[in-house]
Amino acid sequence: MRREAPHRLADYGPLFFPAMMLIVFFVVPFATMIAVSFFQRQQGGFYVPAFELANYQRFLSLFFANVLGFSLMLAIAVAVCCVVLAVPFTYLLTRMARKVQVVWLVALLSVLSLSEVIIGFAWSTLFSRTAGITNLLVMAGLMSEAKALLPSFGAVLTGMVYQAFPYTVLVLYPALVRLDPTLTEAARTLGASPVKAFFTVVVPALRNTITATLIMVFIFALGSYLLPQILGRPQHWTLSVLITDQAIYQSNMPFAAAMAVFLVLVTLGLVALTVIAGRKGEAA
Amino acid sequence: MTSALSKIYFFLIGLFLALPLIVVAGVSVNAKQTLAFPPKGFSPSWYGEIFLNPEWRNALLASLTLAILSAALAVAIALPLAWFLWRRIAPWANIFQLLGVAPFTLPPVITALGLLTFWATTGFYGQPWTAVVSHAIFFVTLPLVTLSLGFTAIDRSLVEAAATMGADDRTIFRTVVLPLILPYIVSGYAFAFVLSLNEYIVAYMTVGFIIETLPIKIFNALRYGYTPTMASVTILFVVTAAVIFSLVARFGDLPKLLGAMSSDGK
Repeated sequence: MRREAPHRLADYGPLFFPAMMLIVFFVVPFATMIAVSFFQRQQGGFYVPAFELANYQRFLSLFFANVLGFSLMLAIAVAVCCVVLAVPFTYLLTRMARKVQVVWLVALLSVLSLSEVIIGFAWSTLFSRTAGITNLLVMAGLMSEAKALLPSFGAVLTGMVYQAFPYTVLVLYPALVRLDPTLTEAARTLGASPVKAFFTVVVPALRNTITATLIMVFIFALGSYLLPQILGRPQHWTLSVLITDQAIYQSNMPFAAAMAVFLVLVTLGLVALTVIAGRKGEAA
Repeated sequence: MTSALSKIYFFLIGLFLALPLIVVAGVSVNAKQTLAFPPKGFSPSWYGEIFLNPEWRNALLASLTLAILSAALAVAIALPLAWFLWRRIAPWANIFQLLGVAPFTLPPVITALGLLTFWATTGFYGQPWTAVVSHAIFFVTLPLVTLSLGFTAIDRSLVEAAATMGADDRTIFRTVVLPLILPYIVSGYAFAFVLSLNEYIVAYMTVGFIIETLPIKIFNALRYGYTPTMASVTILFVVTAAVIFSLVARFGDLPKLLGAMSSDGK
């Protein structure tokens, strides 16, 4: 059927419910949060309408700068690790038989859907002294005594890479499925080894996809709020952890909201970058 | 040589993905209440504990109820929207597509905090139904993306034929579109259901002080030390997700669903 512009009011009928839900329960809450970020905090966890920038001024402290710097650094590290691991993996996956692909996709989706609580618990078990991976190393005679590997920065990074890896593969998958196989075939015919063909043909052809994926995984990692708490020390806490902490345990909603608004601005800036990277990719 | 290398690479990635789950599965069958691996003794009793211990059973029921209802509401929001966007030329309506994708793209803490301030301001904070609405909005992206994809796969001439024969929009939707879009409704529902089951932060910020869902229960239990039931619940969740996604793959086209998922959704 030809798509037509809506003529009568009744034509807008299907839009009514979704539009109402999204406006009332997403746009309005978002606006509420922005408003609260300017409110004044009262003792006892309440806040009164006001317009003050004090909540934003708190950003200008060394402590906050450290948390922000650490959050960004951690998210960059996670994004780089994931992309480095996932690009060859996804490339090889798309060249496999469809049945094998489906099995891997089911496994990746299952891990991706796991709660951060569960991922945190699973890794804290794996890194624990009594039930951890070091017990296997002791059995193999590589270590003399089992020890706990957490809390540590390595544990936080591993847990977050685990969480973001399936996401990275699924973001790369569509682009790599559509990659023209004749590109690598041509390189192979001309005598390049498969590894060389991958690095000299596939990776350059995917430059923009890889950039966009890095930014998306970076945003995904910025959202991690439990793993730094479960697997790390307080100095490994990220902005997301801090927002939760202020909102729930310190009952300082205005400050939490101000940090959230700041995080949105950072995220939106990065999404804009992704879109620009995507546009360039189409033009090229 | 190269194919051997890629096999090793796939094995290592598979090991990385499976290792924490293998250890948790091992821990979940310990005979005594200890955190030990390799397990000491064998006992499946920690799986029974999920259903027999009233605290864990209530958390399981709360999670299931929340996931069933919120996934249904998410589909109810996404279906008419996707239908309208496919049926009509209304560029300004794309703003709602964007709004539907936003909650899932932004860091989850932001959506959670927005909903928390909203429910607190409107005075509904703590009501169980607020969690259903919150999850439905948070996960509406998933059915919206699968359904938008499903609609693009429908041959418009089928719908045109029905219109020529005198069917109105309502009849066309019920007799032609709905049967064709049904597999996408099911997969959209399945994605939203599994993710809602596992979701922590939005549930915690909206009803965390009144209702314990399973992820909230695990996290609360984790702060007071270790119980093997956490391990058995974890394995139950992994198996549930794997079964549901296998069913989606069995009755739908998973590579296609994922192939468009990211390009449309992101």
